[in-house]
Amino acid sequence: MSERLDLPVTEWRRVSSKYVIVDVIGYVIFALMVLIPAGLVSYWIGFEWMWAATISLAIIFLLTIVFTPRRVRSIGYALRDDDLLFRRGILFQRFVAIPYGRMQLVDINRGPIARALGLSELKFVTAAAASGVTIPGLPEADAEELRDTLVALAETRRGGL
Amino acid sequence: MSTEPVASIPEGRYTDGEWHRLHPLTPLLKGGIAFVAILGYVVVSQRDRLIETFFGGEQTEGDPVVWLAEHGYAGFAILAVVAFLVIVIVAFYFSWRMHTFRITDEVVEVRSGILFRTNRKGRLDRVQGINIARPFLPRLFGTAKLEVNVAGQDANVQLEYLGSSAADELRREILRLASGTRAETTQTVVDASGTVIEQRVAELLAPELDPSIAPPESVVKLHFGRLVGSSVLSGATLFIVAVVVGVFVTLSLTGSLFSLVFLVPTVIGMGSYYVSKFTRSLRYSIAGTPDGVRVGFGLLSTSNQTLPPGRIHSVQVSQPLLWRPAGWWEIKVNRASKSSAEGAAGQANTTILPVGNRSDVLKVLALVLPDVDSAILERGLHSKGGDDGFTNSPKRAAVIRWFSWRRNGFALTDSAVLLRKGAIWRELVIVPQARMQSVALHQGSILRRLGLAEIRVHTVAGPITPSLGAIDATAATTFFLETADAAVRSSGRDTSHRWRSGEALA
Repeated sequence: MSERLDLPVTEWRRVSSKYVIVDVIGYVIFALMVLIPAGLVSYWIGFEWMWAATISLAIIFLLTIVFTPRRVRSIGYALRDDDLLFRRGILFQRFVAIPYGRMQLVDINRGPIARALGLSELKFVTAAAASGVTIPGLPEADAEELRDTLVALAETRRGGL
Repeated sequence: MSTEPVASIPEGRYTDGEWHRLHPLTPLLKGGIAFVAILGYVVVSQRDRLIETFFGGEQTEGDPVVWLAEHGYAGFAILAVVAFLVIVIVAFYFSWRMHTFRITDEVVEVRSGILFRTNRKGRLDRVQGINIARPFLPRLFGTAKLEVNVAGQDANVQLEYLGSSAADELRREILRLASGTRAETTQTVVDASGTVIEQRVAELLAPELDPSIAPPESVVKLHFGRLVGSSVLSGATLFIVAVVVGVFVTLSLTGSLFSLVFLVPTVIGMGSYYVSKFTRSLRYSIAGTPDGVRVGFGLLSTSNQTLPPGRIHSVQVSQPLLWRPAGWWEIKVNRASKSSAEGAAGQANTTILPVGNRSDVLKVLALVLPDVDSAILERGLHSKGGDDGFTNSPKRAAVIRWFSWRRNGFALTDSAVLLRKGAIWRELVIVPQARMQSVALHQGSILRRLGLAEIRVHTVAGPITPSLGAIDATAATTFFLETADAAVRSSGRDTSHRWRSGEALA
């Protein structure tokens, strides 16, 4: 096993640990939506392979949920001089660097669970759909401050398309 | 009616900031399509009847046109059709009256619509390209359709139709205003001698590319033989050959003629596809002008588009396997706007060179990417790998890049990122650094086990998705950091949205 990817960035800012709760609840709801119908169908039809499929799905969901705290800890961002760095993922690692001047708009979204916990999600949109940087689990005040910082930084570095 | 005064159309200058109308023949050209459609319907529905009239045969029952003729309503029917046409043309006339446009120093603006008014403004420094299309019928009348592409989905400003020379003039003026130069362009004198007919004929016979706007050494033309060859050696042709062979094999095995049912429509479909492909690609040329790359083509219906500098977000040069013995390549680009015009050879207009040999490719690349050294491009196309200025995959990548690991690599120049891949289907992707939106580094569990990583460069959406897998993890990390810095540096010093602003006042 080779080493994990890392960048020489001294300080990654992490997202709020409360985001683990949001993510877990989201996964539990999704898992129930999939597993309950799958379980009922298996019960009625009663093929063994159906039970096997349902149980393996349940194990996958369980593992995903168990690893949620680790996954949330892997999300990080850093404001460098001229660009925004973002990272996430443990098994599939992803790093993105976006120059501030490339910003087209910044979105702040709040889902019902995240709102109850006072968290927001910040989405940084460029002209490329693939850039897709979404920083979840930011405390509301931080998200708004980060948005204003990003807009101000983008304004000073505005260029062509 | 519009409240503001509309300036009468002067010969030439549209860019005085006043509101102008389109060419007076517009309602006829647009309404004419309805006329052709009606005529076409009647001809198609009466085809059998015409055949019977000439060759004899039974009368068809239940046909509406036959019924009308037999009951003495033919006059009414013709009257109704004429009335309908008049209404259509009158409607088009009013929509023409209400359709006005103006070009100021900052924007191009169009107002249109009778009941539902629309008003569209495009910023000139966001212009991504200008198309001038001349479909055959409007071309006969000396008119053209001009389309200004602005960045975004469905963000085009259409001026349909304009006088042919006025369209050329308008394009020149829009590009001049967009380029940021304050120099006046010299007015080209249009030769207006001779009768109207002679002018039309001269215009029809004129070369598609005006020799005065581009130096001939920068012009790349598409050879007809190469076009034929490239189509023969394409996947579509292989498919039709397979179909024909399959049909004959079934025929000889089963003796049933049923399989011919598949053959006829396929052959007809492919035939019309090839004909339209060839007529659209005749007189194809791509040339460098001071205001960008100009791609033009067409024999009867002509079309040309100008891409100002800095509007090309990435370039892909690729070679299908069958083209390899002939040494042909194809060039595609990503652009920030979606133009409604089709490209040459019936392809998307993102394909700027449908087929070309090595020297054509290098010429076109020099036009679209003037800052990139041709030696490294040459190596990007043909090199088999090794120490050639590219950072290639290590040998352990051979597990997932069986043949291409020697060649699979990247290079970073002063102004662009080059990604090279494929030993069998060779491909080179070039992204100008000033156009990169962001850069990403990916690593999944298999790549991690091999100590490899994947890099992706994000640009605006298009046919090209620049990415390169199976790169040494350390090299990829270095590339990621260097590219991120280079993106910031290049976009900071990039002035191509006002590409001639540095020019002195002439």
